[in-house]
Amino acid sequence: MLSAAPRGLRLALGLTSAAVAATLVAGCSSSGTTSAAPAASGPVHLTYWAWAPGLDQVAAIWNKSHPTIQVTVEKQASGDDLLTKVITASKAGSAPDLVQAEYQALPTLVSNSVLADISAQDGSASSKFAPGIWQQVTLGTNAVYAIPQDSGPLMFYYRTDLFTKYGLTVPTTWDQFKADAEKLRGEDSSKYLTTFSANDAGLFAGLAQQAGAQWWTTTGSSWKVSLDDAATQKVASFWGGLVKEGAIDNQPMYTPAWSKALDDGTQLAWVSAVWAPGVLSSSAPSGKGKWAMAPLPQWTAGQNVTGSWGGSSTAVTADSKNKAAAAQFALWLNTDPQAVAALVKDSYVYPAATDAQTGGALATAPDYFGNQPDFYTQAAKIAATTEPAAWGPNVNTAYSAFKDAFGKAAQNRSDFLAALSSVQQTTLADMKTQGFTVSG
Amino acid sequence: MSNVIAERTRAVVPVTVAAGPKRKGGWIPTLGLLAGALYTLFPVLWVLIASTKSIDQLFSTFTLLPGSGLLTNLHQLSAYRGGEFWEWMVNSALYAGVGGALSALLSGVTGYALAKYRFAGRGAIFNILLAGVLMPPVVLAVPQYLLFAKAGLADSYWSVLLPSVISPYGIYLARIYAAGAIPDDVLEAGRMDGASEWRLFRSVALPMMAPGLVTVFLFQFVAIWNNFLLPFVMLGDDHKFPVTVGLYTLLLQGANAPALYTLVITGALLSVLPLIALFLSLQRFWRLDLLSGAVKS
Repeated sequence: MLSAAPRGLRLALGLTSAAVAATLVAGCSSSGTTSAAPAASGPVHLTYWAWAPGLDQVAAIWNKSHPTIQVTVEKQASGDDLLTKVITASKAGSAPDLVQAEYQALPTLVSNSVLADISAQDGSASSKFAPGIWQQVTLGTNAVYAIPQDSGPLMFYYRTDLFTKYGLTVPTTWDQFKADAEKLRGEDSSKYLTTFSANDAGLFAGLAQQAGAQWWTTTGSSWKVSLDDAATQKVASFWGGLVKEGAIDNQPMYTPAWSKALDDGTQLAWVSAVWAPGVLSSSAPSGKGKWAMAPLPQWTAGQNVTGSWGGSSTAVTADSKNKAAAAQFALWLNTDPQAVAALVKDSYVYPAATDAQTGGALATAPDYFGNQPDFYTQAAKIAATTEPAAWGPNVNTAYSAFKDAFGKAAQNRSDFLAALSSVQQTTLADMKTQGFTVSG
Repeated sequence: MSNVIAERTRAVVPVTVAAGPKRKGGWIPTLGLLAGALYTLFPVLWVLIASTKSIDQLFSTFTLLPGSGLLTNLHQLSAYRGGEFWEWMVNSALYAGVGGALSALLSGVTGYALAKYRFAGRGAIFNILLAGVLMPPVVLAVPQYLLFAKAGLADSYWSVLLPSVISPYGIYLARIYAAGAIPDDVLEAGRMDGASEWRLFRSVALPMMAPGLVTVFLFQFVAIWNNFLLPFVMLGDDHKFPVTVGLYTLLLQGANAPALYTLVITGALLSVLPLIALFLSLQRFWRLDLLSGAVKS
């Protein structure tokens, strides 16, 4: 259809566009050639794709004190779409210098050669983070692919007033959790303890992590994919059982209906991560002061472990012309006390840096949890009990397979183990299609 | 048998003789249309009402009960990251306005050439064009991105504008319209009077095609305004985002930060208004179009 356009006009358009583009590129040299020779000509310009709000305010602090390295934050939408976008941009050689990346996305990015190894610059940073977190940015190798930014240890959130009203005890084991869910249904059939959300594979991954699941592991150069290992089966059949008997709801989270259920007390509890206060304050504004946080229920009484949901890191791309400068910024952003304090305040981040978890910015509880002044002291204790995660190069495939299979299973209240086995099959097949060596 | 026929005739006769409203069962299609209108308008109504609710009211009050937060929402939306929402609106207007106008122009020229000139390869070009109509633009977004990145044009205004300028459907429409609206005799008469081909197009064909080109412009404007994937893939700089991609970043801010539902809903409402205004203001051209068609037949 291009050939249908008159030649003269097309040429004219082409010429104008080239001219204008030249001026545009000169105006903001994010991906162009201008940053190729940084030392000689003025400050280095870095672009940073991230979704956390307020990051540009934190970058402004850096820009003020580092006139030779100027960082521009380009705010993006979070999630798998951004992952695809970064990979596509990298294929075209025009990825930004820095990207915000969730931990589970790092193997995918590394296997697509999107990220640079910054161990030469930031290798010594490991001492500032919990080993379980640091292991996620090294993928168990000697390389360092990102600097941890935030973490999301799982916890149990509940409505104190309604727990008292229905005579429920705050569960310390999953058996008690089940007993609570059933008791509540007996007391008031319009209420649910919580819901199983097939949309949130990240939560399920965290719960499996708590139970000790190791979804992706490597031996030598070959991968082992076991999304249906014994630990995950235990978690799947537990939640499947609750959904099947109607002890909990089967509708997804993060919908207007779910927000309403949290707000008006139709759902009394939420298994969530340390960042829940932000979500609760917008989804359930009228519950302020009525919610409390407790450690996640355990599989064995007396045990003390948790998983994590979410959490992200700052990575330097292989496309960056100024990797050293970018790595320097990433390290500053996530470990410098002033930067981390700003991250907590402006970006609502729960910092991954261990020192910051009990430090200044987190000294007082979030506004929404004013009734629980030691919120962050408790949170830091829980964060220390996070089990290590085992991510692989196609987590996004596994997550979308999870949404499909568990979405159907939750809707029909059918067998969760069958759904889990289909997720395993899909993920394994995709690994093989992508050309990874897979054993078992 | 004859009974049935008689029955039918009786049923038909009043239709042709008497006025419409008395027709038996005539309310059924009306009811169907009303239901259809309700079905399509209800979401708009929802957005309209939801945009008046404050964050405390959004999930807790009755769906159709207006809230009291419209002004706060508008104020917060305008204040978001130093008025970035309005930047996105201006960008959208630029992409859709310039893109739509260029597209209408290009479609007009191309459609006219395809309809009125016989040249080698005309059929082939038209067939390729038809194939282009069937190809969803979504499929092209990533290859286009790779091409633009190679040309150093990714993440520029042109990366969104240029792909929107060429619309196979627009060219197709313009060709159909030119074939129907411009009589060959008129062009022939012009040539006899010594007008150049360019003059013929500019002074004779273009005015006759105007209603058709307005339609193309409108289609393209709406398509570009609502386009999500192309700008999402092309643009990295959030100051160049159109409103669709911009609002998306408000919705997905990562797990730690709440989704800004009220702002997104208010923003969605505001972003529909220009489209409604455009449709209303360009309506008379459409009427003209229908009228000219009716006279000819």
